[in-house]
Amino acid sequence: MRRRDFLAASSAAAALAACGGKAAPPLPPGVLTGADDQLGHRLRQPDFPAPTETRKLAVAIVGGGIGGLSAAWKLTRAGCDDYLLLEMESEAGGNSRAGKNAVSAYPLGAHYLPLPPREARATRALLAELGVLRGNRDAAHPNYDERYLCHAPQERLYKDGYWQEGLWPTLGVPAAERAQYVRFQDFIQQLRQQRDGSGRRAFALPLALSSRDPGWRALDRSNLRDWLLAEGYTAPGLHWLADYACRDDYGTSAMQTSAWAGLHYFACRDGEGQVLTAPEGNACLARGLARAAAGRVLPRALVFRVEQGRRGAILDVFLAAENRSLRIEARELIWAAPLFLLPRVFPALPAEWGRALAGADYAPWVVATLTLTEPPLTRAGQPLAWDNVLHDSAALGYVVATHQQLRYAPGPTVISWYRALHEESASGSASQSASDRRRLLYSHEDWAREILADLSRPHPEIRELVTRLDVHRHAHAMVRPRPGRLWGGTREAFERGLPGVQFAHADVSGLSLFEEANYRGVLAAERTLRRLGVSFASSL
Amino acid sequence: MQRTLLASVFIVASCGLAYELIAGALASYLLGDSVTQFSTVIGAYLFAMGIGSWLSKHVAGNLLVRFIQIELLVGLLGGLSAGLLFLLFTLHAGPFRFALYGLVLLIGILVGLEIPLIMRILKREVAFKDLVAQVLSVDYIGALAVSVLFPLLLAPHLGLVRSALLFGLLNALVAAWALWLFRAQLGPLPALRAQCIAVLALLAVGFGFAGHYVSLAEANLYAEDIVHAESSAYQRIVVTRSRDETRLYLNHNLQFSSRDEYRYHEALVHPGLAALPGARRVLVLGGGDGMAVREVLKYPQVEHITLVDLDPRMTELFAQSPLLRELNGGALASPKLKIVNADALQWLETSTEIFDFVIADFPDPSNHALGKLYSTAFYRLLKQHVAETGLVAVQATSPLYARQSFWTVVATLEAAGWRTAPYHALVPSFGEWGYILAGKRDYRPPQTIPVATRFVTPDAIPALFHFPADMARVAAEPNRLDNQNLVRIFEREWGRVQAH
Repeated sequence: MRRRDFLAASSAAAALAACGGKAAPPLPPGVLTGADDQLGHRLRQPDFPAPTETRKLAVAIVGGGIGGLSAAWKLTRAGCDDYLLLEMESEAGGNSRAGKNAVSAYPLGAHYLPLPPREARATRALLAELGVLRGNRDAAHPNYDERYLCHAPQERLYKDGYWQEGLWPTLGVPAAERAQYVRFQDFIQQLRQQRDGSGRRAFALPLALSSRDPGWRALDRSNLRDWLLAEGYTAPGLHWLADYACRDDYGTSAMQTSAWAGLHYFACRDGEGQVLTAPEGNACLARGLARAAAGRVLPRALVFRVEQGRRGAILDVFLAAENRSLRIEARELIWAAPLFLLPRVFPALPAEWGRALAGADYAPWVVATLTLTEPPLTRAGQPLAWDNVLHDSAALGYVVATHQQLRYAPGPTVISWYRALHEESASGSASQSASDRRRLLYSHEDWAREILADLSRPHPEIRELVTRLDVHRHAHAMVRPRPGRLWGGTREAFERGLPGVQFAHADVSGLSLFEEANYRGVLAAERTLRRLGVSFASSL
Repeated sequence: MQRTLLASVFIVASCGLAYELIAGALASYLLGDSVTQFSTVIGAYLFAMGIGSWLSKHVAGNLLVRFIQIELLVGLLGGLSAGLLFLLFTLHAGPFRFALYGLVLLIGILVGLEIPLIMRILKREVAFKDLVAQVLSVDYIGALAVSVLFPLLLAPHLGLVRSALLFGLLNALVAAWALWLFRAQLGPLPALRAQCIAVLALLAVGFGFAGHYVSLAEANLYAEDIVHAESSAYQRIVVTRSRDETRLYLNHNLQFSSRDEYRYHEALVHPGLAALPGARRVLVLGGGDGMAVREVLKYPQVEHITLVDLDPRMTELFAQSPLLRELNGGALASPKLKIVNADALQWLETSTEIFDFVIADFPDPSNHALGKLYSTAFYRLLKQHVAETGLVAVQATSPLYARQSFWTVVATLEAAGWRTAPYHALVPSFGEWGYILAGKRDYRPPQTIPVATRFVTPDAIPALFHFPADMARVAAEPNRLDNQNLVRIFEREWGRVQAH
């Protein structure tokens, strides 16, 4: 028995003796994990050993999230093998990593991919390569392997003690408010069809292909909540859904989200809400990409200095596993790590870029993995779905890892509870609110208590079902699309890149989405291939 | 006196709400469709309380005595309400709704009388504005207390029958307490005292024996002798016996009756297996009772049978119980048989075996988990395990009662690339029942049945494949994992059947 368990047990015993009632059971075992912040934060006071070895490469890729893995995938498929992917963590995958226990695999971050629109050609090509998409990949509605389509029932919403079907709050909502839902959905349907004079969609995915019409881009200057109110949308259910969507996709409240980004969420896809998922979440896609880079990923490798020479880039890399440094001379560099790291490692960064980065901030995320002896009980309403959302909660609800398993027998399961630590205030400042900074310092026990309290509202028996509760923290999970961040002129420099340096992270798009990271990675790889004189068939 | 009566208002209000919740919960438990049941029960109850309040002006005489009598009556009726309704439902489902609403109205009227009476008793001592404020606030607090306690503590731990008895006891105790407290005012009332003692005793005894009572009612639900009952990890298994008939129930759903199960299992096995003279390897999915295996074993050329059933208790029971072994002819002890206790879907995903004949005898698709066993994904997976010339026989619910469901299963098999031959048979215990043969090539019915049968004989076969107009094919979409339309259709169709 660990000391903490002993203290918990004895204080529980004391409480029992004091009130003579039934004491709360002790918290389930588990650990708090997260991005390797000790290694990452060493960039703040760089004291790395001098390089002892130099390697020459055609291409260096920094960062093994979806952007970096997509770049490596494209390079490999084009026959370019002379590259290394440098990843700070012990495994590539970024936000799309996963864990596994005796019951099921489970996501540690991104857990689904909505059916990608036709413009997301690289993403569709990847899905075709993985056997998820079948037949014509340019069709408006291609065929997908139903094992990867989210099985029914997909989602439900817990409100006022009852589980409703879908995420729109409908039960007990007056007709006038439901009429607003319909008006909004009709408007979104129009937006999906809308094309400008040059044939571009108003809101395309990847967003770089969206209309350049200043009328649309002006939406980036206001926030989604104000836009809704200005358009006469006052229904609380609609505001709740908009806010939930922003927290889920962007880690921001509706008030903190650019109206352009908010409408993009609703209008950029036409998959009727269907999503692709697997027990391990998007790690299924990340691993598909990583297979192409097998043998060329260097884990626990922290790039601490980048210099641009005449014949390419010089990178100093700290190899944490060996406690030594390596110098890499690469003709081409693909930077696929978060952009906020650049000022710390790239002394020659142009000043305007530094300014562009100054306003960027990131939403921290917490994902908890709960192992249960059996699925939680549904007291009233729709049965357990894949995505189970709580209306009156700051968290985002939970997804069921075993939902996609081909089995029909009941049994133990794993659920993943999500929460984006969005700020409560609407200020555009980059600093986090005191309450969310406090949550970043939460211990495992603090989180376990908060998560069990959240889940015990729909499932009072939850504590009896949980055998293990692990918490995974992403401190810089997603770049926030605050008003002005997308079309305010700050991103363009990164979109262009530098001679010999391409930027491949989703940060370049300003939206932390799989399709954006994938697009940026493939685009960076294709520009690099062109510069190296390698011929290839474009995936874009 | 004022405090005492306010305390009794609290108890009376708690009890009043409790009966309403119990009736609503019991109705949703037994009839389903909880939104309708709760709405109509609460509506009827509130309306009845209105009648009671209106009638209260006609109550005259000694108000305290009337109050005590009403409490006793509420305690008696409310306390026994859940038990009476439960017993009635198991005996005769027909008049259940009349009894339910009748009882709800009666209790509602009596509860509606309580508060006006208490206010009239108290009005002599308290100013009207204080009276209304105190009585009504205590009334609502009592309601809150029960509405919190009922779902959290009472319903899960005591159950509905005993919760009702507990509240009945509380009502009767209020009566007894009032009788004792106001003994000076009321004088000796031996008859009332006797009534009080009788009601209390009746309810207390009922509370003590309620556990036995529920199993008594369950026995009535089956109307047969229960010879075996157990809860395995997956389901409630009940075997009953009456005269010459043995029945198996899983989760209270009839699985077979020994009187006509031969019809069901002959129809499941012979149209397919008799058409495959070269069949050596047979797979039975579901069917842990061994009846389908018994029919398969009639074919001497079959060398290996694999039976995959989720529940080890089922296969153990049907391998060991003498009564049940007699029914399946000891099929589960056959040296040709291999029993696998696993989830059929997971087993098929990991197995590489190929079979000549596969029987998919799963429970009906009544929920999303079972719906997976009737999906295009499952039938595609099955394709990897069936020989080029092989066949699959699928039990596919009733084409008469659940016509759309049956043809949805046909459409699903076809969408997964199978050629189908749907057929049906009359099994009196179930009604008109449906099956589908699926193959990679077109199926041709056998000219002869080479083994002994009582129902599926060569001249009976053409009729099996003929669908009269009321069961004829209807347009249907395949059941995919991502829409599971079959579960919704099945629920709608069988819901309609059960409503009649």
